[in-house]
Amino acid sequence: MEEVRLIEVKEAIMSDNDAVARSLKDRLSKEKTFLINLMSSPGAGKTSLILKTLESLQNELRIGVIEADIDSMVDAEKVAAHGAAAVQLRTGGFCHLDASMVEKGLDSMDLGELDLIIIENVGNLVCPAEFDTGAIKNVMILSVPEGDDKPLKYPLMFSVCDVLLVNKMDYLHLSDFNVEAMRERVFNLNRKIEIFEVSSKTGEGIEAWTHWLKGEAASFIG
Amino acid sequence: MHELQVTERILDIVLRHAQTNGANRIISIQLKIGELSDLENEWVQKYFDHLSKDTIAKNAKLKIERIPVVMKCDDCEHSFEINIKEIKDIQCPECAHKQCTLISGREYYIKDMEVI
Repeated sequence: MEEVRLIEVKEAIMSDNDAVARSLKDRLSKEKTFLINLMSSPGAGKTSLILKTLESLQNELRIGVIEADIDSMVDAEKVAAHGAAAVQLRTGGFCHLDASMVEKGLDSMDLGELDLIIIENVGNLVCPAEFDTGAIKNVMILSVPEGDDKPLKYPLMFSVCDVLLVNKMDYLHLSDFNVEAMRERVFNLNRKIEIFEVSSKTGEGIEAWTHWLKGEAASFIG
Repeated sequence: MHELQVTERILDIVLRHAQTNGANRIISIQLKIGELSDLENEWVQKYFDHLSKDTIAKNAKLKIERIPVVMKCDDCEHSFEINIKEIKDIQCPECAHKQCTLISGREYYIKDMEVI
C-alpha cells in the first residue's frame, strides 16, 4: 500500500493572471499609454459614460476603447464614431475579462498612437473584481437607480476600485438613494477611493471626472 | 460565477506540482479562499470533478478553508475580524475609529495537497 504524502503547493490560484497583468503594466509604462478598467452592473451606463468622456477629452488625448460587454449594442461602432480607436473583444459569454484577454485587445491596437485606453468590462459587479486586467486604475460606476446599498452587497468590487462614479445623478430627486450613507459605506471598505457624482445625461460632474482622468494619465505618461 | 476558470487554474497548478513530485494520484487539495470571494464550494468541486476526470486528480477532494475578513484600524492599529454580512457598520472595537484598512479576506491560494 502506497503511503499518502503531503506536498506543499503554496501557490496563488491567480498567479498566472497576475503575472500577465504585471507584464501588461510594464508594457503600458514603456509605451506611455494609460489603461483604465471600467466596471459596473449591466445598465449602469458604461457606454454613455465612455462616450461622454471621449467627447470631453478627444481634443486633448488620443483615446482607444476595448469593448467586452456581452450585451453591448454595437458599442465599438458608437465609440469609433466619436473618433476613438475601438476594439471589440469576443468574450464568448464570459462573466469577466482577465489579463490575457486584455493583452489580445492591446496587441491589436497601436499603443504608440494612444495616450489612454478605456476597457469596458463585462457588466457584472462580482467576477471582474477578482481578476487583475493589467489596468493602471480600476474605475466603477454605481448608478442611482441601483440603490445606495450596493457597497454592502458587493464589497469586493468597491474595495478594488480607485474611482467610483455615481452615475444618473439626475434621477436622485426621484429616488430614496442616500448619497451620504452610500459614501460612508464605500469609505468603510476603501478610504482611498475617489468619488465623483455624475450624470452622463445632463453632463453634471463629467468635467471633474475627466479632469481627474487627464491628470492621472499625464502623470503616468510623464 | 467564474468557478470554471478558477477551477481550471487549480487543476493546472496541482497537476504541475504532482508531476514535479512524482505523484501517482492526488487524494485531496487544501485551498485557502478569502471570505470576500463569491466562489461557491459546491460548484468548485463539481467543476473540478468534471475537469479532472481523465487526470491523476480524479476524485480528489477539495478542502476549502475560508479566510476571514480582517480589518486594521488606521488609528490604533488594532486588527479585528468582521462578518461580511455586517460590513455596514465597520468601526474599530477598541477605539471606535471608523477608518480601517482591509488586510485579509481576498486570498486565493493553494496550500498543499495529499498524494500517493
